[in-house]
Amino acid sequence: MRAAVWQALGTVLDPELDEPITDLDFVASCTVSGDGVAAVRLRLPTFFCAPNFSFLMVADAYDAVSAVEGVTRAEIVLEDHHASAEINRGVAAHAGFVATFAGEADAELEELRRYFLEKAVVAGQDRVARPLVDAGIGPDELAELTLGSSPDSPELARLRERRTALGLPADDGAPLLIHPDGSRVSSAQVPLHLRRARLTRLGIEANGELCKSLLKTRYADTAGTG
Amino acid sequence: MYEKNGEKYFIVDSHMHFWDASRENWVQGRENLAKGWIDCFYGYHTLAPPETHWTWEHYLKVSEDDLMKDVFEEGYVDKAIFQSTYLKYWYKNGFNTVEQNGALLEKHPDKFIVNGRWDPRDGEAGLRQLEQDAARWNLKGVKLYTAEWHENGSRGFKLTDKESYTFLEKCRELGITNIHAHKGPTIWPLDKDAFGLEDIDQTATDFPDLNFIIEHAGIPRIDDFAYMAVQEPNVYAGLSVVIGAHMHARPKSFAKFMGELLFWVGEDRLTFGSDYNIWTPKWQIEGFVDWQMPDDEAFTDYSKLTTATKKKILGLNAAKLYGIEVPQECRLPEPPPIPTQPGEQLVTEESPAGAQA
Repeated sequence: MRAAVWQALGTVLDPELDEPITDLDFVASCTVSGDGVAAVRLRLPTFFCAPNFSFLMVADAYDAVSAVEGVTRAEIVLEDHHASAEINRGVAAHAGFVATFAGEADAELEELRRYFLEKAVVAGQDRVARPLVDAGIGPDELAELTLGSSPDSPELARLRERRTALGLPADDGAPLLIHPDGSRVSSAQVPLHLRRARLTRLGIEANGELCKSLLKTRYADTAGTG
Repeated sequence: MYEKNGEKYFIVDSHMHFWDASRENWVQGRENLAKGWIDCFYGYHTLAPPETHWTWEHYLKVSEDDLMKDVFEEGYVDKAIFQSTYLKYWYKNGFNTVEQNGALLEKHPDKFIVNGRWDPRDGEAGLRQLEQDAARWNLKGVKLYTAEWHENGSRGFKLTDKESYTFLEKCRELGITNIHAHKGPTIWPLDKDAFGLEDIDQTATDFPDLNFIIEHAGIPRIDDFAYMAVQEPNVYAGLSVVIGAHMHARPKSFAKFMGELLFWVGEDRLTFGSDYNIWTPKWQIEGFVDWQMPDDEAFTDYSKLTTATKKKILGLNAAKLYGIEVPQECRLPEPPPIPTQPGEQLVTEESPAGAQA
């Protein structure tokens, strides 16, 4: 059962870093009792990590773990964070972000999630296209490339998932390179499009690296129980 | 001044502090926030080379002598620009106020420039305070923390807020031309969080006579930042944190950041800042002068840095913004080349639809 809970936690992404919280070492501990109570402790790179992202992760972890067959109750606790108390209480009470931060927050977080998913879709296009560019494939061919004709890779699967989540075309016939509205990128637009995609990817990946460094420093003596 | 291989670099540290995070300064009942803040900074501190690390106790508050030694005696800095940061929500007397910084300026008038701050939520009283600060400290710049919490319960503001425009107009009137905005790592905001750069875009267009120095280059939202900066000639990238957090700890990320910033923003609009007391300037300056874009294949798209580029970044660009006299021996030959950022050409060549990419 613990393995199933762990797998469920692996579906929870840091929205900004676009990586599973299990890979990021954000899961400090994860246990399941005999009567099916799953207790998960989460931790973040800094005390002041943005509470909105933090809330999303705790709430997503709650939903993912609760859905595991055999789990009777999910107890997700965020540790060592300036808003730990509010977030833990809010998630446990299914209160939503706005109610949890009454008077402080005035929008739920789906828009935020979408903003980062859109970034992930831009970055993902670079991840899939970059090896092709390096292999000498030109703008005309890249503009014509579809998801089905792109080389199969974990990056491609990840890109499809993110596009599906946003309601963007993700079938084999869909172009690999698209604008945020899903429309095809013309061959003339390919150089700028890819240059920007690479930049977006850099921002996300470098941030991920930075967060990992900070987490490692913060919890130098206590490895997660992954 | 820093000298290496016969080249002389005039150093302007355009983003530094003299903070007080000592226990005596923690607001009662909010100790966890005060401690959490400095703990968070200390995490960043440890991204520097180990031999430069301080103890946590020392990090809370350094003495005046320490600062003078770290920044000027050992740190090569010719002129240091204080960026005030208040955080009075959890630091009783403020973290790093204009007054604290101003006290040092009065003792060493040739060493420092003090930047002020304002908060649109302070209204009329804030405007009067800005006038007083401008007169007293001869302000040429301000540092804005758009994600700062406020006693009125608000968790941040935008430069495009109506009240912000009143303050920007006041800056214009007072001759404060350099607006430094913290748009960096995502710490602590709620809804009106700091990561959005849209407000800079709009404001830079509406105030073409003011310079907007985006500290930390919008990282991790460097894509939003770069694409905005390429189109706004009065937007600059402050390299505080860019160098400090990455050059040693994450050299590949650092190389890419530099490559992208040079491409999109260009060498005339990048300014060095050590972010002291997060890190000391010495290792950053020595390291940056020695640094070069790697030869690996992954970096072939990025241009190499020339000595002139480094001189501009380490001091000449900021000297221009603040009207700082640069000794003849540190200047670049006149007339300087007029470089463009290659990214501008790419954007100009594109059809408008490309802008949506």
